[in-house]
Amino acid sequence: MTPAAPPARTEGPTPLFGAYGIVKRFGDFTANDGVDLEIRAGEIHALLGENGAGKSTLMKILYGLLEPTEGVVTHRGDVVRLANPEAARALGIGMVFQHFSLCENLTVAENIALVMPKGLNGRTLKERIGAVGAAYGLHLDPDRPVWSLSAGERQRIEIIRCLLQDPRLVILDEPTSVLTPGEAELLFTVLERLRDEGRALLYISHRLDEVRRLCARATILRGGRVVGACDPRAETARSLAAMMVGVQVGEVKPPSGVPAGPERLVLSGLALPAPGLHGTALDGVSLSVRGGEIVGIAGIAGNGQAELFDALSGEALAPEPGMVRFDRVDSGRLGITARRRNGAAFVPEERNGHGAAPALSLSDNAILSRHATAGLSRFGVLRRAAAKALARAVIDAFDVRKAGPDPAAGTLSGGNLQKYLMGREILAEPGILVVNQPTWGVDALAAAHIRQALLDLAARGAAVLVISQDLDELFAIAGRIAVLHDGTLSPAVPAADTTRETLGLLMGGAAPPVAVTPDLTRENLARESAHAH
Amino acid sequence: MRIDLTPRADRSALTDALAPVLAFLAALVIGGFVVAAMGRSPAAAFVTYFVAPLSEVWSLQEVALKAAPLALIATGLAFCFRANVWNIGAEGQFVVGGLFGGWIGVASHGATGNTLWVLPLMLAVGACAGMLYALIPALLKVRLGVSEILTSLMLVYVAELLLDYMARGPLRDPAGFNFPQSVTFDDAARLPYLMEGDTLHAGVAIALAAIVVATLVLARTLFGFTVRVVGASPRAARFAGFSDARLTLAVFAVSGGAAGLAGISEVAGKIGQLQPSISPGYGFTAIIVAFLGRLSPVGILVAALVIALTTIGGEGAQIDLKLPLDLTRAFQGLLLALVLGADALSRYRVRLVPGAAA
Repeated sequence: MTPAAPPARTEGPTPLFGAYGIVKRFGDFTANDGVDLEIRAGEIHALLGENGAGKSTLMKILYGLLEPTEGVVTHRGDVVRLANPEAARALGIGMVFQHFSLCENLTVAENIALVMPKGLNGRTLKERIGAVGAAYGLHLDPDRPVWSLSAGERQRIEIIRCLLQDPRLVILDEPTSVLTPGEAELLFTVLERLRDEGRALLYISHRLDEVRRLCARATILRGGRVVGACDPRAETARSLAAMMVGVQVGEVKPPSGVPAGPERLVLSGLALPAPGLHGTALDGVSLSVRGGEIVGIAGIAGNGQAELFDALSGEALAPEPGMVRFDRVDSGRLGITARRRNGAAFVPEERNGHGAAPALSLSDNAILSRHATAGLSRFGVLRRAAAKALARAVIDAFDVRKAGPDPAAGTLSGGNLQKYLMGREILAEPGILVVNQPTWGVDALAAAHIRQALLDLAARGAAVLVISQDLDELFAIAGRIAVLHDGTLSPAVPAADTTRETLGLLMGGAAPPVAVTPDLTRENLARESAHAH
Repeated sequence: MRIDLTPRADRSALTDALAPVLAFLAALVIGGFVVAAMGRSPAAAFVTYFVAPLSEVWSLQEVALKAAPLALIATGLAFCFRANVWNIGAEGQFVVGGLFGGWIGVASHGATGNTLWVLPLMLAVGACAGMLYALIPALLKVRLGVSEILTSLMLVYVAELLLDYMARGPLRDPAGFNFPQSVTFDDAARLPYLMEGDTLHAGVAIALAAIVVATLVLARTLFGFTVRVVGASPRAARFAGFSDARLTLAVFAVSGGAAGLAGISEVAGKIGQLQPSISPGYGFTAIIVAFLGRLSPVGILVAALVIALTTIGGEGAQIDLKLPLDLTRAFQGLLLALVLGADALSRYRVRLVPGAAA
């Protein structure tokens, strides 16, 4: 980084933090290409962009995790060097990460003490945790072990950690991705409060509705460059999405009426013990999905989604064969390959390391899930040419962007790999498709493509089960929605007859409301969500 | 101070190929300093270690004979290690293969008539014995969750003591003046020489064939694919429908069979009888060979030749320069450490973060 005079390009008051002409290259790849960003005190500034647009790189530069190849960062007009996170914290920059870095077996206070200066007395620390919690409405028992906390409570630890250092700028990376609607509302209240105290917030999110609600300014990145700045409140979610991807995003076709197809996927009282200390037991899960419909399963991460997926795929076997039935075949004791042979297909949540082996090529990853159903192995010998042809067919049909003819799966961006995995299963023309978090961390254009593919598959008569934390997604594609909470599944109700608020209550574990309650206030939600834990 | 390792985005096939070569050169330089510190000429040591064994036909054959069992065992072990299964007991499987295969050789001693069946039966029994012996730790792991590292290692000592007992007791040559060894096998129980008048026997051809077969299996079969996926991403392997337990049993069987075959090849080849000890630690050295060869059969062939070369050269250095055998072992260990280090450096960029807590 070459020290230079701060560029005199600011209009109005000096920004709290500025980044000018930021270039960051990784080998041949330019992640940030001349990015300018100004953040003022007392504002919530949104950073928008598709996957791979350079948001994370810019964020890491501001937090001292990466040093820019070119360009300068300024603090109140002076050029500063952020060599490491300590330097960033010394200037008052704090960060709340998307993936929490907490030790499950330590208590709240112990986890916070880990990042505080040494020699801080335990009682003083607990008092300060209590004081910050009370001031911002972030209630937490300092003596609870982390493994017993919900995702929302865990995030509070991260936020308190950050606030104890009295930051001037707080960077939040996709903070609502793990929260219920109620928990998200609580978070927004805290964020607005921090803003009103004169702190600056840099808010990174895929959820455009949130950005429009919270942020007064937004900077939009595409391909490592700033392509626009706007006031999100003056835009629509669609116009923001269009700026992010550079083209108009087509809306997916809404699902048609109730299908009359046969029952293809039936769960009857599926019960499974928790797979580990921190897993969730499934308890009496019953559900029926007919051919031609998409059923959505809403719920907050960690309420049994992974366990339900494993039980459906056959990676975990049910205690009774009849608990899982695919096309009237008792499948509870069948392995995943036998279920695939019977016409089922699966796309797990985790792409790298579960749905795909990142070190293997795309054609090898075609073999991974299709070796038995696409004739890719004959008498135990692989048919490489057939695997390559299948990979090519998926790449063409789903517009997968990649470098080289048959690259390792791990080199694809999240959205492109997800399109590949979706295509790999959908081209099998499965009668039953189970997908966990189909568009998690996927950009708007790819997400629209994937949702359309799911709708098309259902229209061809398949039963599609979508497990998702994203209520917008479920309302966009699912005909019926059920909620998974703590390993139990609520009855699936037509999406048209329910509301986000009702589902939010069920996701938080509140008793199912007798009728739709559209006049739910924020206070009610907060109370319900506090009860749930 | 903290050391960060970040994956290199710009890995090239060239640096991947050059890394072990550079590691070998670095090991030569360090070894040269050690030899100089011991008061000998590094140049003379280099000639004795690496040039002399390659300059005569008989010593070239010795290198091949040493490399063959190492390559065969290491090729089997590559299946285990790629699948993250840790068979440390190839030495025991080697010994058991030699013992039970050799038993046929002892039992058929003096047989008349058609004896064409003897050698194939010895090889088959040797391979099966190694396979079954390897399945003991595999079953203990799959059924009871016992660490295969401990059980496979401990079974080495069981096998060695069993061979020791058999060679001194039941299988001892009654006409052998109480020497602790069996009868010398008939020609029908010996591996044939590849060329008349040489020491090179068919065990070398068996090892080469195993390397070709292993290369094809790993690259072209569903079983080889399973091994690669389980090693690379265990969760993805379960998603593919591959069973951990079945794979553990299979790779233990493959590596035990290869080690057993190497054992009987040694007994029916170079040794020609049963003795209380039949291995100078081939099963353990093969672990080094497997990793030096980066768990690929062709790499293993190269690594086995390098290790065999230093071993033969080390024997020469003992005689000519009075350098201890331990120096050879230290050099082999140094080479492994440097190759693994060079691989890490070619895959990751090292960044020192001053002043940061870990």
